[in-house]
Amino acid sequence: MKNEVVKEKIGFGVLLLATLLVVIPVLLIIWLILSKGWSALSWEFLFTMPRDGMRAGGIFPAIVGTFYLVIASIAFSLPIGVLAAIYLSEYAADNLLTRIINLAIINLAGVSSVVFGLFGLSLFVIFLKFGVSIISGALTLGIMTLPVIITTTREALRAVPKSYREVSLSLGASRWQTIRHSVLPFALPGILTGAILSIGRVAGETAPILFTVAAFYLPKLPHSLSDQVMALPYHLYIVTTQIPYIPENFRFGTALVLVGLVLIMNITAVIIRSKYRKRK
Amino acid sequence: MKKIEIEGLNLFYGDFQALLDIRMSVREKAITALIGSSGCGKSTLLRCLNRMNDLIEDVRIEGSVKIDGKDIYKIKSGLTQLRKKVGMVFQRPNPFPLSVYENVAFGLRVHHMAKGSELEDIVGESLKAVHLWDELKDRLNRSALGLSLEQKQRLCIARLIAVKSEVLLMDEPCSALDPLATLRIEDLMQLLKKDYTIVIVTHNMQQAARVSDETGFMLLGELVEFGRTPDIFTKPKDKRTEDYITGRFG
Ligand SMILES: Nc1ncnc2c1ncn2[C@@H]1O[C@H](COP(=O)(O)OP(=O)(O)OP(=O)(O)O)[C@@H](O)[C@H]1O
Ligand SMILES: [Mg+2]
Repeated sequence: MKNEVVKEKIGFGVLLLATLLVVIPVLLIIWLILSKGWSALSWEFLFTMPRDGMRAGGIFPAIVGTFYLVIASIAFSLPIGVLAAIYLSEYAADNLLTRIINLAIINLAGVSSVVFGLFGLSLFVIFLKFGVSIISGALTLGIMTLPVIITTTREALRAVPKSYREVSLSLGASRWQTIRHSVLPFALPGILTGAILSIGRVAGETAPILFTVAAFYLPKLPHSLSDQVMALPYHLYIVTTQIPYIPENFRFGTALVLVGLVLIMNITAVIIRSKYRKRK
Repeated sequence: MKKIEIEGLNLFYGDFQALLDIRMSVREKAITALIGSSGCGKSTLLRCLNRMNDLIEDVRIEGSVKIDGKDIYKIKSGLTQLRKKVGMVFQRPNPFPLSVYENVAFGLRVHHMAKGSELEDIVGESLKAVHLWDELKDRLNRSALGLSLEQKQRLCIARLIAVKSEVLLMDEPCSALDPLATLRIEDLMQLLKKDYTIVIVTHNMQQAARVSDETGFMLLGELVEFGRTPDIFTKPKDKRTEDYITGRFG
C-alpha cells in the first residue's frame, strides 16, 4: 500500500517537473523581452520611420509590413487550404493519388523555411516576374502555412459527428449542401485554430521573406502589393547583428512589438472563434 | 394500395450477406413494423428504402425496391427527390444544432421549396402536426439542443413533414425515450398514419403490437414471416416467429 502512495507521489512530481520545464522558458522569454524592451516603447518607436541608420526613430514600416504579410498570406492560404481539405476529406477516393497527395502535404510541413524562401524566389520573384514584393512574400508564406491549415481543417471536419451528415443527406441535401450547411459550421472553430497557428508562424519567419519581400531599410509605407516592405523578424535580425552601437532596448523593443502583434492578431482570431462557438 | 414493393433484395457488406432475398410490400397510409433480434438486418433493410446504404463503402445491392411503382435503384438523376419523399427518423433524436425554426426550415431551404411568409407558414404547420407548436411557438429562435428528447424527436418528424415526405422510416424512434414519451410518440404515429406511410423498426414487441398494422419478423438477414400484426402475434405460421414473440430467444 505504502509503496503505491510513494509511486503516485513520484509520478506526480515528474509530471509537475515536466510542466514547469515547459512553462519556465516561456516565462523567461517574456520576462527578458519585457524587462529589456519595455523602455523602448513610445509613440515615436511605434509610429514613426527609422532614422540615423535605424539607430533612432521608430519601426513603423516594419510593423505595417508584417501586418500586411500576415493578412495577405492568410487571405491566400486559408481559402485554398480549406477547399483542398474539404476535397481531400469529403470527396477524394482513397486511392494511390490521394495517398501521394497526403504524403506530400505531410512532407511540405517538414520542409525548412529557407527552402520555401528559395522556392519563392525562383517561382514568384524570378519566373513569374512578381519581383521582390508583398505578393511574392505573401504567396511564399502562404504556401508554407498550407500544410498546417489543411491538416487542422481535416481534423476539424473529421470531428463533426457522422449523424449530422446522415441527417442532412437523408433530408435530400446534396453533398455540397451538407458540407456547406451542416458540416462546415461545426468545423469552423477548428479551422480557425489552424489559421491562428499560422499567424504566429507567418509573422515570425525570416527565411521565407528574406529573398522575396523584405527590405533592409525602407523608410516608407507600401502603396501596392508589388512594393517591398520591411518586416519585424528581419528587422530584428538586422538590428541585432548588422548594426553596431544600437541601443539595446531597440532590439528587445522590436522583439516585444513582434510578440505583441502576434498576440493581438491571435486574440482577435480567438474572439471570432468563440463567437462562432457560441452561435451553435 | 401498395406503396413500396421489395423483391428479391440481397445486400452484401463486402463478403457478408446482411439481407437474404427479401420480398415484402408496404401498404400505403399504414404502419409496418419490423421486429427481430439485434443484428438481424432491420436497420439495413430500412436504409435500403431511401438508399442510405449507398453512403457505405463496399455495399452491393441486388433485387428491386419499387416505390409508387418505380424502382428506386434505377434512378438516374440524383437521390434528392427520393430522399425528400422517403424521410428518416433516427434512433437518437438528432436535430441540427440550429434554432427550432431553422431545423424545420432546413429541408425547405435545401429544396428551395418556400421563402418568406410561405416558409414561416409551413414551419408553423409542421410544428402543429407534431404537437410542438403550442409548447414552442415562443421559443422558435432558441437552439433545438435545449429541447427534451421527446421534443427533439418530434422536431425531427416535423422536419420531414415540412418537406412533404410521403414515407416515414423510423429506426427505433422511441428507444431513447421514457415510457410515457414513448406512448405519446405512438399516438402521434397513429395520427400521422392518415397521411403518411410509416415503416418502424422496433425492439419493443409490445410497441409493434400496439402501433402497427402489419409486421415483419426478421432473423439473420431473412424475412421469416410477414403479415397482419394480429396474425403475427396470435397465430404465427412459422415456428421461429412463435419462439421469438413468446420470448424463447432473441
Ligand atoms: N456498415 C457495415 N459494414 C459491415 N457490416 C455491417 C454494417 N452495418 C451493419 N452490418 C452488419 O449487418 C448486420 C445487420 O445489421 P443491422 O444494423 O441492419 O441490424 P439491426 O437488425 O438493425 O440490429 P440492431 O437491432 O442492433 O439495430 C449485422 O450483422 C451487422 O454487424
Ligand atoms: Mg438497427
